[in-house]
Amino acid sequence: MKIVVLVKYVPEPTATWKFAPDLTVDRAGVEGRLSELDEYAVEQATRLAESGAADEVVFLTVGPAKATEGLRKALAIGGTSAVHVVDDAIHGSCALGTSLVLAKALEKIGYDLVLTGMASTDAELSVVPSMVADRLGANQATFAGELSVDGSTVSIRRDTDVASERVSVSLPAVVSVTDQTGEARYPAFKAIMGAKKKPIQTMSLADLGVDAAQVGWSGASSKVVDVSPTPARTAGTIVNDDGTGAAQLADFLAGRGFI
Amino acid sequence: MSEVPRSAETTAAGVRKPTLELLTAARALGEPAAVVFGDASDQVVAQLAEYGATKVYAVGSPDMQAFLSLPKAEAVVQIAQASNPVAILVTSGPEGKDVAARVAVRLNAGIIPDATKVSVDGGTVSAVQTVFAGRFQATSQVLRAPAVVTMRPNATSAEAAPASASASSRSMWPSATQPGCQGRLPRAQGLQRGPNSPMPRWSSPGAVASARKMASASSRKTADALGAAVGASRTVTDQHWAPHELQVGQTGKTVALVYLAAGISGAIQHRAGMQSSKTIVVVNKDAKAPLFQIADFGVVGDLHAVLPASSTRSPGAGADRPDALTPPEH
Ligand SMILES: Cc1cc2nc3c(=O)[nH]c(=O)nc-3n(C[C@H](O)[C@H](O)[C@H](O)COP(=O)(O)OP(=O)(O)OC[C@H]3O[C@@H](n4cnc5c(N)ncnc54)[C@H](O)[C@@H]3O)c2cc1C
Repeated sequence: MKIVVLVKYVPEPTATWKFAPDLTVDRAGVEGRLSELDEYAVEQATRLAESGAADEVVFLTVGPAKATEGLRKALAIGGTSAVHVVDDAIHGSCALGTSLVLAKALEKIGYDLVLTGMASTDAELSVVPSMVADRLGANQATFAGELSVDGSTVSIRRDTDVASERVSVSLPAVVSVTDQTGEARYPAFKAIMGAKKKPIQTMSLADLGVDAAQVGWSGASSKVVDVSPTPARTAGTIVNDDGTGAAQLADFLAGRGFI
Repeated sequence: MSEVPRSAETTAAGVRKPTLELLTAARALGEPAAVVFGDASDQVVAQLAEYGATKVYAVGSPDMQAFLSLPKAEAVVQIAQASNPVAILVTSGPEGKDVAARVAVRLNAGIIPDATKVSVDGGTVSAVQTVFAGRFQATSQVLRAPAVVTMRPNATSAEAAPASASASSRSMWPSATQPGCQGRLPRAQGLQRGPNSPMPRWSSPGAVASARKMASASSRKTADALGAAVGASRTVTDQHWAPHELQVGQTGKTVALVYLAAGISGAIQHRAGMQSSKTIVVVNKDAKAPLFQIADFGVVGDLHAVLPASSTRSPGAGADRPDALTPPEH
């Protein structure tokens, strides 16, 4: 079984984020990292390789030149090789454009199982996995809290708003995993050094046969017109519990009509 | 006016609250039509009409149960192609996201997931999203109609339509695996749904969350006094002290109205699920806990002392519980 893991290079969540004049995230001006939510997918793929269920694990990213750092991190955790789609024309792509590039790259790389995180930690859209599945005509099982592969069947548990479901799909399939699947291992120094020797192939839109007009700004189906920081909350009342804390809390709740 | 189909989720007890919120939001965009997967009983149709649906498409097919999002997405695509709506609204959630994503691909339409507000101006739909772990509000415009928007539950309130709304008409939509769809399911045959275990409802607009194992009993009591749900931080769900569906945060649920956090430090991933709550109350023994910075009211103290004592006060006279959670307009 060949697994391709989709990974994204995102701004460090705790850093101070800036936006470029075109209202996209200023990725060059902010420290970046492999999205923590994708690390869970990298870990699952590595476990499947260790158990013998997978014989090849490839990491795929679409992003600026710096995104290679994210691929190196994934390769330190596991995997055999990586593919980096990088092209200036991709800048400004919406989820539709990104999913098109990913699907074309997947067709080129070949796959039995595509693993992704449940969302990116920056845009948090959670729609790319389903879009990729739809474009590939592959099976799909999203938001897996648990994952196992038996022959050509992938089984997952997913918790929706109304039920905890057990779903099985046959390969080829696209599966997104949540942070319930288990923390990624911390790569040892030797693994970090070893990752530098693993091959990373770069591809352009032309290599994939994607028309630049379908992606980036020209192909965008939506555009951000305003980004503003969530208004700071006005400072509230903080009291020390000197024995009356509970009563003061009850007064506050009653004053707002909650009790 | 343009139609706004939106998919309705129903339960044995009637239509789910997030659906009524969608209908309320859809009324600002056009004339809402509702898509019901499964049985559209008279009771369901009447309730959808009460919230403004002027048309109900009932999509009945056994495939709805046998497959995940695909037949639903296909039905919505067919209805959209027939009715040419300005927008398609779906409730955010694992299934809503899957359906919306496929619909957007098939219609090559702009998608805005997890919107908290949606509006239309001169035929162009815009929506507001909370992004980057809740730190920014982004407003996006859809450039290719129809706008496919998934709406966060509890972000808007559900309000019945003015009495003048015209009565709903109900039309049965042919099963989604009729011509045009089967061919799009080439590899979906292998899918099975195993036995499902029911999940507790997370419909409460408020929550009392605690990070401490021993605090669950006091949280429960406080939540009951408030008519709210119990939530948890990931530390708690990772330890299996509480089930994952109670987790609040980036990879959990979002709370919109009132939030009482007891013994939670306030990591950005946790804040992502609660910082837009209208009222935030924090109890923590560490005066430096970051969550105090966004609290409307905070008590520096031991939650084991503060929580039990605060919930012994009986609910205010005549306070109806769900309403009692709705803070005064401001
Ligand atoms: C990709 C990713 C996604 C994540 N998603 C989520 C998410 O969805 N939700 C989430 O919650 N976390 C999430 N996390 C984890 C998050 O970063 C924090 O680790 C977590 O929220 C910390 O939980 P906590 O505040 O309960 O625990 P701690 O940080 O251990 O804080 C415990 C707090 O309790 C206080 N306390 C202890 N005892 C008492 C007492 N007796 N009385 C009063 N106060 C007391 C302490 O002072 C302290 O402030 C995520 C992390 C990552 C990397």
